[in-house]
Amino acid sequence: MSDPAASPSEPVRAVRRANTSPAGEPFVWLTALGVTVGVAMVVGLLGVIIANGVGVFWPRRVVEVAYVDGGKPARLLGVVALEREKRAIGASGTETQYYVANREYRGMAFVFVDDAAVSERSYPRDVVRIEREKDGEVIGMPVELRRLGEAPLAANDPRFPAALDHAVAAADERRGAIATLLAEKGAIDARIQQGRLRGGDDGERARLEERSIALRERAAELRKREAQEVLVLDLIGGDERRIRADAIVDWYFPNRLGPMERVGHFLGAMWAFVSGTPRESNTEGGVFPAIFGTLVMTVMMSLFVVPFGVLAAIYLREYAAQGPFVRAVRIAINNLAGVPSIVFGAFGFGFFVYVLGGRIDELFYADRLPTSTYGNGAIIWAALTLALMTLPVVIVATEEAIAAVPRGAREGSLACGASKWQTIAKIVLPASVPGILTGAILAMARGAGEVAPLILVGVVKLAPSLPLSASYDPGDVIPGVHTSAKFMHLGFHIFDLGFQSPDSDAARPMVFATTLLLIVLVLVLNLSAILLRDRLRRRFAVSAF
Amino acid sequence: MTIERTAADSSAVRPADGDPAPMTAPTATPRAAPTAAISPADAGAAAPPLSAPGYLSVRDYDFFYGAHQVLFAINLEIPARQVTAFIGPSGCGKSTLLRNFNRMNDLVDGVHHRGDIVMGGETIYDPTLEVTSLRKRVGMVFQKSNPFPKSIYENVVYGLRVAGGYAKHDLDQACEVALRASALWDEVKDRLQASALGLSGGQQQRLCIARAIAIRPEVLLMDEPCSALDPIATGKIEELIVELKQRYTVVLVTHNMQQAARCSDNTAFFYLGRLIEYDRTRTIFTTPSVKQTEDYITGRFG
Repeated sequence: MSDPAASPSEPVRAVRRANTSPAGEPFVWLTALGVTVGVAMVVGLLGVIIANGVGVFWPRRVVEVAYVDGGKPARLLGVVALEREKRAIGASGTETQYYVANREYRGMAFVFVDDAAVSERSYPRDVVRIEREKDGEVIGMPVELRRLGEAPLAANDPRFPAALDHAVAAADERRGAIATLLAEKGAIDARIQQGRLRGGDDGERARLEERSIALRERAAELRKREAQEVLVLDLIGGDERRIRADAIVDWYFPNRLGPMERVGHFLGAMWAFVSGTPRESNTEGGVFPAIFGTLVMTVMMSLFVVPFGVLAAIYLREYAAQGPFVRAVRIAINNLAGVPSIVFGAFGFGFFVYVLGGRIDELFYADRLPTSTYGNGAIIWAALTLALMTLPVVIVATEEAIAAVPRGAREGSLACGASKWQTIAKIVLPASVPGILTGAILAMARGAGEVAPLILVGVVKLAPSLPLSASYDPGDVIPGVHTSAKFMHLGFHIFDLGFQSPDSDAARPMVFATTLLLIVLVLVLNLSAILLRDRLRRRFAVSAF
Repeated sequence: MTIERTAADSSAVRPADGDPAPMTAPTATPRAAPTAAISPADAGAAAPPLSAPGYLSVRDYDFFYGAHQVLFAINLEIPARQVTAFIGPSGCGKSTLLRNFNRMNDLVDGVHHRGDIVMGGETIYDPTLEVTSLRKRVGMVFQKSNPFPKSIYENVVYGLRVAGGYAKHDLDQACEVALRASALWDEVKDRLQASALGLSGGQQQRLCIARAIAIRPEVLLMDEPCSALDPIATGKIEELIVELKQRYTVVLVTHNMQQAARCSDNTAFFYLGRLIEYDRTRTIFTTPSVKQTEDYITGRFG
């Protein structure tokens, strides 16, 4: 009002809006809508994965169901897996899918029961769930434990749980002992074989053979004992099952667990999943080799991609004359980021595996041919293929970071008599480290979650060992990492479980759990890189120019 | 020495020179800062005339950004161990000329020049001359203080580190000498390993001066070193400039007329890429021979 420029005769009137709330601004709604849709989708996806992935490990109660099946009364013991509307044409009402385990007995581990046909549901206290080395789980009512040289111990005896635990532990021990005996026998057999080839001394050979036979006999004795430590189970419906103690991995009474025990069992099952090795064509057991393979491959990929990406970005931004050629290169790099990953896989297969790997085998591993060393899928080729795929991300991020270094910092350095390279190494790069790490984070996130190219260049369903070498092998480019090994990967594990598994119902929970784990792994990798970046950012913060 | 301006050059102003400060109108009252007591022209009073060959000689110098000419036929002799101030309105080419003394303009794409700049008898455009060795002889302080995100110590010894071949002991000594010479030693001697970014604006600028003189240059270029500083920090830097001329040939670009009057021995007035008048500071500020100079320093145009 005091502005002399405003006309003095007509004072400016305040304009009043009908709706004074800032939320009345229509574009707030439009823009917020975009965020809401995105957040809802991400939260929904994560929610489904977390609920299903974590729920796998929660020890749920086993229900005994009496129902009518085809006019005859039937019973089952199982865990509710799915409740849904009937799918059959013309059918109405609901049906429930029960996880009944005992796969080799029923042929399927899952059974659908029409809810209308169910006459009774109960939760028997004595039911046990047993995880076996093979053929999945068993759910049943324990009858008795038979042991060598002792009277059978009835399941209702208070000593039963401790006795079963003891039998399982003893069986474990025996299994270890058998493995040791067999390994020893194998070594002796190898020596016999060598002696035979070299035409060694007969007396020596006879002695070795004698020892080999003795070992075999001791192992057989232990095995015989295994066969006699048996848990007898009643699988509702009149069947009796005998389960050898050495087949049992873990067992518990699902309907007797208190809340704390349940949580304890839950955490234990989760730990077993994370730290164990897979069994039963990956549908049982843990995923540790896949976690380890993913981690090692991703770290190797970062080691390859970051230096190359940074070098390329330095050249493009600092040395190359900015012109149409550099602009074309930059466009090409950005386009490279849009090439489907399977194309990179095919390139990696053709170039790294066949050309490079084949040549390396010819030059350095000729004695092992025709068994290929580097001439097939290997963790190093997978890491290089993904490094190639994520290179554009690192180059673009680094270029932006370098461009953001203030001119004053460069000029200050040059004015002190520093050469261009000294300025880059001492001033520009340290100031760009946070930006470079941002690129590395994006590259890792993309690389860790990638599956398609890996199938071609080194991922396998089941790797015999971790990609580690206990002793230094001259063939390993990175000491300690067996770079020519095939490896397991969480992303491929998900694909394999979900789409290649013979029993997709049984594999479904594992798919969720593995997915959750992969997301957590990427999150952990990213968080550590972000923490590192923040520390460096504080250290190399450039003053406000 | 006086150069007459031709009328046809008004298009030669480079609009994006980046000189943001509006021209300060000079006033007759000297500032109450301690520097006001320093008599600037005394050192040059008995010196040889400015037309004699100086330490830095600019000879028939034209300079172009691409097709755009920003400096026209500059001839200038800058005497050794004196402070020479460049004044003139924004875009008049004074910073461009300054940045040519250490060939900082080489970094800009598409620049070229005619004529020559000679330093201590050698042309700085000698093709066999390594530009880094030239920059080691010509220190530079910028308009905005630009300490590196490193410790105070590392900032000061940066020039020596990149030159290489100095032992730890030499670096420590050079650091102390440079910090004492830039009047910063007492303020930072207990925290040499602390980050330079924790210093105040004036301290940062003095740190940049220390960094520039740690390599013991022959010439010290200062491109509006006080434009971002408060009067007290400015006063300290001005005192420093007067002290530095004992050992260095100082070239100072400034928008502040009093600053030129207080600290310089000689003053060059630029306008639209031409050197209009160059003389002893006392002469320029009392009896300028060109009307344009008088108009500028009295604030009648600009």
